[in-house]
Amino acid sequence: MYLGQPVIDCDIHNAVPSVEALFPYLSEHWREYIRTSAFKGPVDTAYPPRAATTVAPGVTAPEGKPPGSSLELIQQDVLDPWDVEVGILNCAYAVDSLHNPDTAAAMSSAVNDWLVAEWLAREPRLRASMIVPTRVPEMAAREIDRIGDHPGFVQVLLPVRSEAPYGNRRYLPIFEAAARRDLVVSLQFGGTPGNPPTGSGWPSYYIEEYVGMAQIFQTQVLNMIVEGVFDRFADLRVALIEGGWTWLPSLMWRIDKDWKGLRREVPWNTRVPSAYIRERIRFSLQPMDEPPDPAHLLQVIAQLGSDDLLMFSTDYPHRHFPYTAPQQAIPSGLSETVRRKILSENARAFYKL
Amino acid sequence: MVTTLQQPVTPRRSELAVIDCDIHPALRSPKALHPYLSQRWRDHRDTIGDRGFGGSYYPRANPNAARTDAWPPNGLPPGSDLDFTRYQLLDAWDLDFGVLQPLLGAGALRNHEYAAALSRAINDWQIAEWLDPEPRLRSGLVVPYEAPELAVEEIERLGDHPGFVQVMLGIRTSEPIGRRKYWPMFEAAVAHDLPIGMHFGSQGGTPITGAGWPSMYLEDHAGMSTAFQAQVISLIYEGVFERFPRLKIVLIEGGFAWVPPLAWRLDAAWRKLGAEVPDVKRPPSEYFAEHIWLTTQPMEEPQRPEQFVQILEHAPWLQDRLMFSTDYPHWDFDAPNEALPKIKLPAGFPAKLMAENARQLYRLPARLGDSTSRATQSAS
Repeated sequence: MYLGQPVIDCDIHNAVPSVEALFPYLSEHWREYIRTSAFKGPVDTAYPPRAATTVAPGVTAPEGKPPGSSLELIQQDVLDPWDVEVGILNCAYAVDSLHNPDTAAAMSSAVNDWLVAEWLAREPRLRASMIVPTRVPEMAAREIDRIGDHPGFVQVLLPVRSEAPYGNRRYLPIFEAAARRDLVVSLQFGGTPGNPPTGSGWPSYYIEEYVGMAQIFQTQVLNMIVEGVFDRFADLRVALIEGGWTWLPSLMWRIDKDWKGLRREVPWNTRVPSAYIRERIRFSLQPMDEPPDPAHLLQVIAQLGSDDLLMFSTDYPHRHFPYTAPQQAIPSGLSETVRRKILSENARAFYKL
Repeated sequence: MVTTLQQPVTPRRSELAVIDCDIHPALRSPKALHPYLSQRWRDHRDTIGDRGFGGSYYPRANPNAARTDAWPPNGLPPGSDLDFTRYQLLDAWDLDFGVLQPLLGAGALRNHEYAAALSRAINDWQIAEWLDPEPRLRSGLVVPYEAPELAVEEIERLGDHPGFVQVMLGIRTSEPIGRRKYWPMFEAAVAHDLPIGMHFGSQGGTPITGAGWPSMYLEDHAGMSTAFQAQVISLIYEGVFERFPRLKIVLIEGGFAWVPPLAWRLDAAWRKLGAEVPDVKRPPSEYFAEHIWLTTQPMEEPQRPEQFVQILEHAPWLQDRLMFSTDYPHWDFDAPNEALPKIKLPAGFPAKLMAENARQLYRLPARLGDSTSRATQSAS
C-alpha cells in the first residue's frame, strides 16, 4: 500500500500484444484479410515505443511484447503494490487510424471482446474503457449498444485528437448511445485522425506533439460546452484522461469572460461555462506538470474551485513520476479530505463504482 | 450615417503613463491602397481580389468586430479615420504612444507575389497616412510571412524606418512558426533589431484547432489562446532561440494566464524527452522568460481577483513582459483605467505593464512634448 490507503486508478494502459491475439474475436473474413494482407493491426501510436515517456523505468515488459500486454505483470506492477481497489484499463488501440470503417468496427469489437474475456473476466479489480470506430459515429453507437451494458465497461474511449471537435453535431450518436447505457465519455491522450495536431500545421518533433496535446484537450472542452453537449445530455459525464489539468484555471477564466460577451451565440448555455466543467468533467491526475514550488501546485488546485475534479491515476506504464518514489504520484501538502477524494472518492462517485 | 454622441475630449490622465500596444487601423474604402499599388496589382485587387485560405469565417460579435461607438461621425469604418482615432483613443486616454497592427490579411495570401505587393502597399500607406501625420504612433511591419524570402525583402526595405517597431505576423501560420522555413525572416528581423509580433487571428490553411474546425465564433475567439500556446511550443523546441539569441517575440491578444502551466509542462517534458531536441540546451521556461513578451488585452479575469497575483508568482518574469493594449476599435476593448484588477499588485508592476515594458522593448522615447517625462516619474 504505497499511499496509505487503497486507490482507484483511473488510467492503466493495457496493450494488445499482437493482431493475432485478437483472432479469436474476429470473424473468418477479417482473419483472412489480416493474414493475406500482412496487416499488423492499427499500429499508429501516440506513444513511440522507446520514447522516455512511453515506458517508465521499473516497468516490466513481457518478453518480446509491448508493456501492458500481460495481466500478470499489471497485477504485479500496479494492482498489488498500489493496493488498487478498482483500476480502469485504457487500451489505446488506434482504430481511429483505420479509414475503412468496417475494419475499424470489427477491430473495435474484437478488442472489446478481448478485454471482456482476457482481462475483466479474470481480474475483478479491473474495469475498462471500450474503444469505438469514431470516424463513423453511427457505427460507434452500435458498438456502444452492443456491449455497453457489460458491467465491466465504465466508459467510452475517444482519442482527444479528432477530425472535428467532439461537440460537433456529427458525433451526437455517440453521446446518445453513451447516455442510453449510462457510460462516461472519456477523451484520452493521442489519436491519429490525419489532420494536424495544431491550428498551424504539423510540428517537427514528438516532444511538441506531446506537450501540445494539452491544447487539444482545451479545444475539446471549449467545444463540447459551447456546442451544448452538456445541455443536451443532462446526465453526461466526461473524463479527460492524461491531458493534464494545471491549464484548467486559465481556460475557465478565458471561456467565462468570452461567454459574457458572446453568449447570444450559444443560447443553450444557461450557465457560465466553468459551471459545466465543475459539474460534469473530471481529470486524471497524471501528468501533473508540476511547478518547481509545490505551494504553487496547491494554489492551482485551489484555483480549480472544486475538490471534486481530480482522480488518481498511475498512467501505467507511462513515465511521469519515479516509480521508486510513489508518494510523488500525488501532490504533497493536501488536506486528508482532499487527498482521500483524489485517491478514491472522486472516481467512485463519478464512475458510480 | 452612424452618429454617436461623444464625451468632451478631456485628457483622462491616469496616474500612470499609457502605451497601447494593439491598435487597429482600417482602410477608408477597399480602394484606399490603390495609390500604393502598381497598375498590375490594382487590377488584380479589383478583379481577383484577396484569396487566402477560405472556409474559416465566423461572423463577429459586431460589424467590423468594432465597438458600437467606434464608428466615426463621418460614417467611415471604425479605425479608418486618424482624427477620430486621436479623439477617441490617443487624446481621450492621453496615450504616450500607440502601436498599430493592421489586420488586412496580406501576410497569408496564397499568391505570394500579391502578398508581397500588398504588404508593401500597406506599409507605405501606414507611413503616409498614419506614422508621418501622428508622432505618437508606431506600427508593425506587414510582411508576406508564408514566403519568407519575400518577407526578408520587405524587412530590408523598411526595417530601419523609425516608425516600424516590429515585424507583424498572424498567430496561425501554415506551419508551426519555429520551423526552418521561417528562419530567414527571423534572421532579417534580428539584423534590424525588430521583434516579431504575432497577432490574434489569421489562418494557415489547416483547420484552426488541433482537433478540426469548431463551430462558433466564441470558440474561434476563446480558443485562440491554444494557437498561441502551440507557437510557443514550436519556437522553443525547434531551437529558434538558440539559433537567434537576440530574437524577441511579442504575442498580441493571446492572453497570458496560460503561461505558467505551459512553462511547467514544457520543462517537465524536456526533462524526459529532451534528447530529441539537443538544440534546446536550457530548461524551456528560461527561453520563455527571456524571449517572449505578451500584450494584455483581453485582460485575464480570474474568478477571484487575488488569483491574478498568483499568475505573476507562478511566472515571475511576466512582470517584465506584459504590455498593456486596448485592441481599439474592437468590441472587446480594454480601457486603461479598468484593465488592471483592483487589488494590491507588486510594487512597480502597474507602471511596467501600462507603459514601461513596451517603452523598453520598442525603444520608445520619453513622452513627447512633456518638459518632464512621466516615465521618469513613474520609475522613481
